Amino acid sequence: MLYSDKVMDHFEHPRNVGSLPDANAVGQVGNPKCGDIMKMYLNIDDNGVITDVKFQTFGCGSAIATSSMATEMIKGKTIQQAMELTNAAVAEALDGLPGYKMHCSVLAEEAIKAALADYYRRRGEEVPENLRLPCDDEEHGCCSCGA
Amino acid sequence: MSRFIYADHAGTTALSRAALEAMAPYLTERYGNPSSLYRFGQEAKSDLEQARSDVAACIGAKPEELFFTSGGTEADNWALKGVLEWMALKGKPTGHIITSAIEHHAILHTAQHLEKQGYDVTYLPVDELGRVSPAEVEAAIRPDTLLISIMAANNEIGTIQPVAEIGAVARKHKVLFHTDAVQAVGHIPVDVEAWNVDLLSLSAHKFQGPKGVGALYVRKPLRLPPLIHGGGQEKGRRSGTENVAGVVGMAAALKEAAAQLETEGARLSALRDRLIDGLTRLPYSRLTGDPANRLPGTASFVFEGVEGEALLLHLDSRGICASSGSACSSASLDPSHVLLAIGLPHAIAHGSLRLSLGADNTDADVDAILAAVPEVVAYLREMSPVWDAAEQKPTWVVE
Ligand SMILES: Cc1ncc(COP(=O)(O)O)c(C=O)c1O
Ligand SMILES: [Zn+2]
Repeated sequence: MLYSDKVMDHFEHPRNVGSLPDANAVGQVGNPKCGDIMKMYLNIDDNGVITDVKFQTFGCGSAIATSSMATEMIKGKTIQQAMELTNAAVAEALDGLPGYKMHCSVLAEEAIKAALADYYRRRGEEVPENLRLPCDDEEHGCCSCGA
Repeated sequence: MSRFIYADHAGTTALSRAALEAMAPYLTERYGNPSSLYRFGQEAKSDLEQARSDVAACIGAKPEELFFTSGGTEADNWALKGVLEWMALKGKPTGHIITSAIEHHAILHTAQHLEKQGYDVTYLPVDELGRVSPAEVEAAIRPDTLLISIMAANNEIGTIQPVAEIGAVARKHKVLFHTDAVQAVGHIPVDVEAWNVDLLSLSAHKFQGPKGVGALYVRKPLRLPPLIHGGGQEKGRRSGTENVAGVVGMAAALKEAAAQLETEGARLSALRDRLIDGLTRLPYSRLTGDPANRLPGTASFVFEGVEGEALLLHLDSRGICASSGSACSSASLDPSHVLLAIGLPHAIAHGSLRLSLGADNTDADVDAILAAVPEVVAYLREMSPVWDAAEQKPTWVVE
């Protein structure tokens, strides 16, 4: 099989799909050219805790599964904890991904970072260094496709 | 548990009962080596030659013009490399090759390899239906053109090429013409005379023969130097102990396919057209390939706002086997070269689906596919950030 049972479970029954109309942090990464696009919606309370999270993903099985797993991993966590989530940790929580699919898991980490950066921006605060994406300055915002 | 619907016959097919039964003796009691002198070996040899005549007859060739290979990939490699080596022996150590942008990788990667060796290759573009223009082939011919290789029918979008017209152009300019007919043989009429081809590749597993066996047709008096050297089988042109069971199975499968070409072609075309009619009704979906000149069993689409691999996996969990040219379903992260060559933007090419029907498919299968695909497409669009649910259109469509 291409994917682990965990990946297939999150792919077939993704958790936290949808949008949050009054999210106070929204981030989107990827572009149609690369084939995977993820959008993260977060509700962050005054204590900096992520109280709710939803995602929308256009992408392959591993893109959908990593989005789903990543939302599970940051729900109820602080901004600080969410910031430290790595794509490797998401992939590991899914019992691994095929090597050439790691690219799709990077997008999940980046979508969360993009949403957190949006949170800081909306508050008029400086975006912490580790939330800056490698290609933040480029308009397409796709950091993994090489385009 | 849902049913199992196999709709990936362009990928491979099940062995037909006729092929299996024809092969069985050669895997058991008739295991003789055709090169052996004793009768037990010579019987295998004569059965091998009977299979050669049968396969040759199905494509309008003479038996002595047909050489067995390990499949379509080897036949394609041999055609290109062999012709160029033959030309080199005749004093043309370098030159020009014409092919198309939508060939199978067995041709494209071989052509790229030849480019590294100093050959010049023209990859002709195709129109939005995936057709190579014979006039463009003619215009691309140069004094140093050594070979034209254009596929007979495309594996991803099912477009049938104007092979006879291209063959006429090649003949007029005295340039050798090869066609990769792997998707055509056993599915549409193939005639090396009517098509004016000098070389033709075919592969058994696409027409219910076994995997790992195929053939290259080489028009006399062209004598291709071998690609594989060794014990001198196939008149010294393709060494290696013959895959007797495979070859006999290929012949049995092809004879059956050829006998049913019209009836099965009509039956599959009707099923295919139901798929096309049903699935192109979805908003922002379209047929890829030529609506008129297409393989009887192949229906191929793009659905905007969904990604092909996700679509395939959901169909798989509903018991439906299909294929896609999406980037994420390949290791390269690029959508298929065929979909890009017919002018689809990357974003749209990611949402491709190929359904290829065959002997085991029925109207009930088509009903099930017509129920499942719209459901999955709607579900994936619902969760897609590039699908505007209120407007029911992709976000990249602006009015
Ligand atoms: C057009 C075309 N050419 C060549 C091949 C390769 O044939 P084989 O699988 O027998 O090596 C295929 C099948 O994948 C094909 O569709
Ligand atoms: Zn992906």
